[in-house]
Amino acid sequence: MRGIYTWGAILAIVFASVIGDVLLARAMKQVGDVGALWRRAGLGVVIGRTLGNPNFLFGVTAMAVAFFSLLFALSWGDVSLVAPAAASLTFIGNAVAAKIFLHEKVDRRRWIAAGLVAAGVALLAG
Amino acid sequence: MNFRKYLVLAGVTVFAASGDSMLSHGMKQTGNISLNHLQGLIFAVLNPWVAVGILLLLAFFATYTAALSWADLTYVLPATSFGYVLLALVARFVLHEHVSPLRWLGIALITGGVGFIAGGPELTKHPHTDEPVNKTCAVAASPLLAKDARNGAPGVEV
Repeated sequence: MRGIYTWGAILAIVFASVIGDVLLARAMKQVGDVGALWRRAGLGVVIGRTLGNPNFLFGVTAMAVAFFSLLFALSWGDVSLVAPAAASLTFIGNAVAAKIFLHEKVDRRRWIAAGLVAAGVALLAG
Repeated sequence: MNFRKYLVLAGVTVFAASGDSMLSHGMKQTGNISLNHLQGLIFAVLNPWVAVGILLLLAFFATYTAALSWADLTYVLPATSFGYVLLALVARFVLHEHVSPLRWLGIALITGGVGFIAGGPELTKHPHTDEPVNKTCAVAASPLLAKDARNGAPGVEV
């Protein structure tokens, strides 16, 4: 039963992390290149546009949910399972979500990179 | 990609790795915090290691969002995963901890993944939102430019 709770919490971490990253990426694309915007309009405009973007606020909320799911997962399962499983599944989940929702061109090069990094993180954190 | 953008990606990597390390070091000094004694959190934040760790993680978040403003998510995440390797190298050569062969294999895989992504473009071009739209508008807004474009003047694209 404990294993089911742990894996449920791991899936919640992955789900919330992916939603957070995708919303944050969408928000920042809507804001535009912050370096160019800073030079053109100043830091205040960059901060105002970023914090005023609903996708940014929902993204940060989703990341907070991921953080609290991590705390729950760590209270039920070992860190040697939770950390690598959540991190590596998040890499793969982000690649899939970025292709579907952000319409990023995830070519063979990016799939291989995501796979290698996910496997590497699983080995390092395990 | 220019030097400034590489610097931002390096910032994401270094701030995340150093922030996590300092937070971890500080929290080991402050001890356990239970849900019944949440005031322990305030004392934890007053610990210099924890305070600097939080500042570094704020810097990580700022550089991460900056990177996402000009690069794809599927580029930024693998490109900045080198922080895991940095942490393992610090553990081995600064803290003199044992790093198992499996972890060295993990370092090799992550380095390979970063190498794969570094050679590709950082941003997906969406034809309906990129430059050509603006160029068409500029041409349409100016009768002189539109005339030059019809005549095939150099440097004018339609």
